[in-house]
Amino acid sequence: MISQVFILSSQGDHLIYKDFRGEAGSDVVNLFYEKVTALTGDQPPVVMRHKDVHFVHVRQGGLYWVATTTADTSPFTIIEFLNRLTALVKDYCGSLSERSVQMNFALIYELLDEVVDYGYIQTTSSDILKNFIQTEAVSSKPFSLFDLSNVGLFGAETQQSKVAPSSAATRPIQSSRDQGGKSEIFVDVIERMLVVIGSNGVLMKADIEGEIKVKCYMPTCSEMRIGLNEEFSIGKSQLRGYGAAVRVDECSFHQAVRLDEFDSLRILRLCPSQGEQTVMQYQLSDDLPSAPPFRLFPTIERDNGGRLLMYMKLRCDLPPKRSVLDPTRLQSFSSELNLSQELSSPDQSAELQPQSRAVVWKIPRFPGGTQLSALFKLEVPGFSSASMLEVGPVSLSFELPKITATGLQIRFLRLSPFQPGPAQRWVRYVTHSDSYTIRI
Amino acid sequence: MPYIGSEDTVRDLRRVLSNPNVQSDQLRYRNTILKVIRAMSQGVDVSGLFSEMVKACATVDIVQKKLVYVFLCSYATLNPELSLLVINTLRKDCQDPNPMVRSLALRNMTNLRLPSLVEYVEQPLTAGLRDRAACVRRVAVLGWAKLHNLQTNSEIDAAVVNELYSLLRDPDPVVMVNCLRALEEILREEGGVAINKPITHHLLNRLKECDIWGQCEVLRILQRYRPQSEDELFNILSLLDVSLISPHPPVMAATLSLFLSLCSGLPAVGLAALERVRGPLLAACGNTSREMQFTALCHIQLLLRSLPGLMGEHYKRFFCGYAEPAYIKQRKIEVLVELVNDDNVAILLDELRGYCTDVNISTAHAAISAIGRIGRSYSDKCLEILTELLGLKQEHITSAVVQTMRDLVWVCPQCSRTVCSAVEGCEAEIQDSQGRHALLWLLGVYGEQVSSVPYTLEVFIDGVRSEASVGVKMELLTATVRLFLCRPAETQDMLGRLLHYCIEEETNMCVSDQALLYYRLLHCGIEETRKVLQCRRSDPSLGVLIGRPAEPINQWSYIFNTLEPLRPGAIETESATIGGSPEHMTFDPKPNNDLSDTLSYSFGKTVRSVTDTALQCTDSSSDALTASVSAPLSLSLSPALSPEEFEDLWLQQQALHVEQGPEKIKAEENYVYMEEHVQCPTIFRCSPQSLQAAMQLVNIQTLAFTPPHTLPWRVYLYTNTQNKHSADTCHGTLILGELLYTGEEIQKKSKDEENVGVEARQDKREEEREEDTAEGRSEKERVKKNTAEKGIKVTLKQQPRDEKALKGFLSVLTTVLHALSSEK
Repeated sequence: MISQVFILSSQGDHLIYKDFRGEAGSDVVNLFYEKVTALTGDQPPVVMRHKDVHFVHVRQGGLYWVATTTADTSPFTIIEFLNRLTALVKDYCGSLSERSVQMNFALIYELLDEVVDYGYIQTTSSDILKNFIQTEAVSSKPFSLFDLSNVGLFGAETQQSKVAPSSAATRPIQSSRDQGGKSEIFVDVIERMLVVIGSNGVLMKADIEGEIKVKCYMPTCSEMRIGLNEEFSIGKSQLRGYGAAVRVDECSFHQAVRLDEFDSLRILRLCPSQGEQTVMQYQLSDDLPSAPPFRLFPTIERDNGGRLLMYMKLRCDLPPKRSVLDPTRLQSFSSELNLSQELSSPDQSAELQPQSRAVVWKIPRFPGGTQLSALFKLEVPGFSSASMLEVGPVSLSFELPKITATGLQIRFLRLSPFQPGPAQRWVRYVTHSDSYTIRI
Repeated sequence: MPYIGSEDTVRDLRRVLSNPNVQSDQLRYRNTILKVIRAMSQGVDVSGLFSEMVKACATVDIVQKKLVYVFLCSYATLNPELSLLVINTLRKDCQDPNPMVRSLALRNMTNLRLPSLVEYVEQPLTAGLRDRAACVRRVAVLGWAKLHNLQTNSEIDAAVVNELYSLLRDPDPVVMVNCLRALEEILREEGGVAINKPITHHLLNRLKECDIWGQCEVLRILQRYRPQSEDELFNILSLLDVSLISPHPPVMAATLSLFLSLCSGLPAVGLAALERVRGPLLAACGNTSREMQFTALCHIQLLLRSLPGLMGEHYKRFFCGYAEPAYIKQRKIEVLVELVNDDNVAILLDELRGYCTDVNISTAHAAISAIGRIGRSYSDKCLEILTELLGLKQEHITSAVVQTMRDLVWVCPQCSRTVCSAVEGCEAEIQDSQGRHALLWLLGVYGEQVSSVPYTLEVFIDGVRSEASVGVKMELLTATVRLFLCRPAETQDMLGRLLHYCIEEETNMCVSDQALLYYRLLHCGIEETRKVLQCRRSDPSLGVLIGRPAEPINQWSYIFNTLEPLRPGAIETESATIGGSPEHMTFDPKPNNDLSDTLSYSFGKTVRSVTDTALQCTDSSSDALTASVSAPLSLSLSPALSPEEFEDLWLQQQALHVEQGPEKIKAEENYVYMEEHVQCPTIFRCSPQSLQAAMQLVNIQTLAFTPPHTLPWRVYLYTNTQNKHSADTCHGTLILGELLYTGEEIQKKSKDEENVGVEARQDKREEEREEDTAEGRSEKERVKKNTAEKGIKVTLKQQPRDEKALKGFLSVLTTVLHALSSEK
């Protein structure tokens, strides 16, 4: 049972406030902000209490999404609800930010009104909600010349039009009917890697958590069939085909997915509702099908002047021609003060962040099969041999587009029965580093 | 926060709203209303616009209607009279052919929260219950709950309640769930909606139609149902099995909660359910939402209390990612400590070592104290890491390591040698008072093992004037006196200086009083002082990490799936052996503690009063206790006995016993063996903590015990007695004791049949005893067997012999046991 729901900006501005049961006053909003900003580092912020009022909140898009409730409520339910609410707001407003919430507050009030009645969650299905929501979203996207890049010169079909702009999937679902009514469907395979590599180069832990997300902009939904790799198998015992099977440990599906063709043909059938939904979630532990994408060869020594020399050689083990686009950040912890560096290419940069005691090496572009190196010289006051222990670990954050670590692929994406209008289908793969740590 | 110039804003808005040109232009009208709502949600008081907004309500534009309703519902309670004007519009809307308009009107009618409007609302609500459109029925059903809460003291209309019950069969699942919610609120005084067999089975059959929110609600309400037969129970359980492994964490948690409440009498089924949710819970730990991860982690901690091996092989899932927030890291570290076993300890410690240099200081401290707790079972490896960390010479790390070592030594005294050599020379790095406190305690207690202690203490004493912390000063006093006892030549001078400063110049009462106390104590002679300050150096009864007993599920199932486990420190307070931080509080060997237990030893005359006051602090049962301590007998914990010594003594005497036979032993001069039965069958359910606390109040030290609810239940304890009768020949005796409670199968089968089971249990005990005799454990006076058979068997061994003291001790023990079992 939810007593109130409110949304605060990170500065504590009231963006949305809705009282469902009239049990507590609106002064709890300021109270919440005071409490959440006064927390010290080791206190868990998720649940806070003031007398009989319990605050449960999530942070998404830089905003506090708060629900007040009573003590015996299920935290799983409230947190799942708040997450679902953020997803709905994202679907309806296009993106999650202070600005988009501010611009669309009427829409959000309307949503809240339909989603929760008297503190009880009624429905969060966008299929049902679309019948009730009347307000149009106000898009906060600034006009950009890049939007025109889809239109070829003199209307000619160019290569570029086969690639959707990265902002294509961040628009409100409902505006589609007036803005040309482009019926599009995005299927994203997103994987997150949690890797720990020991100081001797041995893979100590490798977990992959993946999900297939469908974002649908089609007003009328028809059945969709997603074909996965035929050799896809779940669990250790059930191996299919020869050789390189795509294997996951555990797998769960959205309740709307029909699995009657899954066992034999690895086809997921579903009728996607408008907006974003996670169709399938899977995880794989400790048994990567391929080598980890990055290897690091560090050499750490001290020179005569008492400086710490860190020589880092970083190799990307992805197949050649695949390039890693997004910046790779590399951190190593230490308490040093002065940094000088030699990097292998001018477009890279490195800086010392005294706050987090880390050296951050930014690599904007890293083609597969290549190797980069950097030499960091650090001046450490009061350097002793024990401080060598303090160096490391190295953490990498990266984004690998068009690659899945498990090897999961989407064979085909079919909409049936045949759509009246041209429906564009996009399949995107990406692998993020949730946590990629290399010990030194 | 009201904006500056909010009055201007309101005035401007009013002018625009009442402008007929704006009113005729729908888009401009709507935009103005939008501005009003925006100002409202920013905290501007726009209640003055109420009458203008009421007018704006009468429109065909649904978006505008919705906006106005948002406004009206917020301010209706301030303007009850004007709100009457809205009711007409709303009632008209309730007749609208569009179901969306009908439901909107009905919902906002009930959201106005005005008791004066109830009479106008009832009729449309009744009509709403029979509406064709499900969305109107949903609103109407909850509307009755809102109405009821507006006027809680009024009579409940039985017809409405009946109608709501019949709507449980509504084809729309949301209407059904809303009916449950509404009935639950309306019938709160009667204990909520009636959950009988037909309703339960109806709800269970329709569970699949509901969305996850509905399922959670139904599962929660079904917790009240008690199946009539075991068959029915298992039918329900097998129906629920699918949702137990649901990919949606809320459904999974609600189902497990229901499982645990249904199977409260069948622990084995409960444990099987816990095994079953392992997969979904682990998946929730990998959820993209940090908050969901945190919730899952907190609940995993609960589950581990009953099934410590549940996540053993998945320990890698709890490794921290570097970008995770501190609160998740710390929970993960707590979970990791629970998962240690022989196979993974090396990898786990290696991982934890990496966290010790975390940028976030509290995370680093959590990791260090986690290593210390693993050290209770794997002391060598952990001490190696801790010593290595000292080498970093980082202020906060050194302080945390010293505190951790202090706690470790307190539990595992065998580590003292390594710790002593490690802490040598790290006093320069420690700046905070807690760290210095810990260091001083270590230096004082193990002063004879560290060669440089006098120099270290001298530095402290020289700086005592600038010392801010009272705790550190008091610890310094104790440490210096202790050191003086073992190394007088080196310490005498500085002790003199310290005492002089503390007595003459110190302004704090506690410090100067303690200094005075030590000063007078030293006057009494070195032996007296030694007796006082020879404190307990360890408390091995705190137990090891590995193989800790599993708690029964009932101990935590009532807080499962509530906000309770997410609160900071919620898990730790439940059982003191689990937490990381509270042991600093609870088991911190503070000078005060030492003092009280040693005082009762040396100041013989005051012993009675000390014990008495201590007892009176406890509870109602203290009266009985004090009465029983009427014999001038005093018990004391010192000299302390380590578990090894205890074991040696116990076995050695037993060996004697076996060789020579009981009669001879009994006659022997300086050794008594005695068995007695105390009638208190419920004692074995008492938690180890409370037992230990109660025993310590009367100065009996419990050394080891089996967990509660396990059979046979055993406690080993010891104490020292001084008999004050013969004051001139003040000789103490050492008493070792064992409490044994057996009666296994019967107890497990039927908990509630306690009275019926007594005879059966007695037979069982006979058998047990046969076995015991066979192994030569307790071939004691068979004569006594007939006299007192029920309850706990107490075996006592005393050395040297002193029957009177033994009897006195027995009476104290009996009273404590009775007091404890009557509390239950």
